Amino acid sequence: MAVTLGGMTDETTAVLADGLRKRYGPTTALDGFDLVVPAGTVCGVLGPNGAGKTTAVRILTTLLRFDGGRARVAGHDVATRPQRVREAIGLTGQYAAVDEVLSGRQNLVLFGRLRRLPARAARRRADELLDRFGLAPVADRSAGTYSGGMRRRLDLAASLVVPPRVLFLDEPTTGLDPRSRNGLWTAVRDLVADGTTVLLTTQYLQEADQLADRVCVVDAGRVVAEGTPDQLKARIGADRVELVVRRSADVPVAAAVLERITGAAVRVDGELRRVQAPVTDRIAVLTAVLRALSDAGIAVEDVLVRRPTLDEAFLLLTGHRAESDDRAGVAV
Amino acid sequence: MTALTDGWLMAGRNLRHVVRSPEEIVLYFSLPIMFVLVFGYVFGSGMAVPGHGSYREFLLPGVFVMTMLYGLGATASAIAVDAGRGVVDRFRSLPMARSALLSGRAGADLVRACLEMATLVVCGLLVGWRWREGVVAALAAVALLLLLRVALTWVGVLLGLLVPNPDTVGVVVFPLAFPLTALSNVFVAPELMPEWLGAVAAWNPLSATVAAVRDLFGNPGVGADSWPARHALLLAIAWPLALMAVAAPAAVRRYQRLGR
Repeated sequence: MAVTLGGMTDETTAVLADGLRKRYGPTTALDGFDLVVPAGTVCGVLGPNGAGKTTAVRILTTLLRFDGGRARVAGHDVATRPQRVREAIGLTGQYAAVDEVLSGRQNLVLFGRLRRLPARAARRRADELLDRFGLAPVADRSAGTYSGGMRRRLDLAASLVVPPRVLFLDEPTTGLDPRSRNGLWTAVRDLVADGTTVLLTTQYLQEADQLADRVCVVDAGRVVAEGTPDQLKARIGADRVELVVRRSADVPVAAAVLERITGAAVRVDGELRRVQAPVTDRIAVLTAVLRALSDAGIAVEDVLVRRPTLDEAFLLLTGHRAESDDRAGVAV
Repeated sequence: MTALTDGWLMAGRNLRHVVRSPEEIVLYFSLPIMFVLVFGYVFGSGMAVPGHGSYREFLLPGVFVMTMLYGLGATASAIAVDAGRGVVDRFRSLPMARSALLSGRAGADLVRACLEMATLVVCGLLVGWRWREGVVAALAAVALLLLLRVALTWVGVLLGLLVPNPDTVGVVVFPLAFPLTALSNVFVAPELMPEWLGAVAAWNPLSATVAAVRDLFGNPGVGADSWPARHALLLAIAWPLALMAVAAPAAVRRYQRLGR
């Protein structure tokens, strides 16, 4: 998965990571991390905790030194011209990086002044952003008193005081309720419509699906799969039907029935008396399977239809489970 | 230039913090008042200085210096608290001067030091201390005290970054600061100590400021004849500058390595 560097100009590539390497003592956080994000697009970096997503973001935003490889953001080398990179980026991290003592307005004015806005322009910009993110009513309260959703919105607003060319969002909706999450997604879509390049890390397939043009799946410090959300979903498979039968003896019969109807590979867990398979038309399959099992006299204890979990997506994309400690023999 | 502007902006941030938690201002005044009353009034009334003058007048310049020294504890814990805050990530990802978070702390603490200094002078006057060499010399003495404080602020900044745990910092500062005041001319003349201890006390940076300030205020001194005692004014300027020249760059370097 080597990145082709030739022929790529700064106008078309907003973020470039080429074989990034980072170790913390004996732990390898990034192990040849490659990424290309074309300008004006949204790239979703998907992976479980500890995959290296945050490390990659911290390196690309100049917060962390790296041990090997090359990184360019907005046309500037991250290692040699960090200050130029900082001028071009915005960062909204997993934990709201705002001053908890200052009010929302004081935060935005301070960040505006630190980005060289004159005092009056900084105040005007703060008011604009407070309005846009629905924070005007709490503008003069300490940010520490804000709810989680309000704090994230302030954090995002702080990244936009001077519109960045590249915006990094590190798990922006982790821990948010669905309503706040939708609000944040809308804000990100608006930014992208204005031409901002976004690099977004997430643990949620759905979030990558909602926002990203392209998705990179990261595991053990490197990109293991890449494509549009549709391409990845096609590889992962659609919804899954899962059945639990009452008697262990019925498991093989149930598996055979499920395989005949779905035409897909069935996973069998004899201990839990559970069989499951990927499906496309889930209601038709469910109806047919239940009728066939009833005809065969098999008692069903539980039925469910669900989306693949990130764990299953990983199993399919990487050939091993997401939380597995055993990295040996993994073909990448 | 950006370092100055950004440091100024960050100092403004720290002062806004104080405005938003006014109970902190009470802390500003508690240490100076306590030190002057306890040391100046309790000890000062019970001892006499050999030769001339009262022990209280001898002691108070030392108490001023002690207050400046202990101020570095507040600096260190404020920096340790800041370093643990998420907002530092934002500061570090902004195109601002790398030194601004630290120099902003130093700037805000200088404002605090001025308030402490005023409190010290007022309390000192209340317990009978006086300046006797005119206003200009007195202001020069105050300037020397503030210079020492600025230098110690940078030591506090460095300490706060080295021990990045606000709870630990407070515990670390006292065992470092207490011997420094005891091994100086704050309480007794170095000549009264065992010879090697006296040499340490004579060369102690605090002793230089204390001796120079006693002289400028016209308060009784220890009247020693060692080289450092004869060149107290020079050392009271040179020591803080040297301290700052070491501590400030070290702190900025340390700050840049945060979160690596």
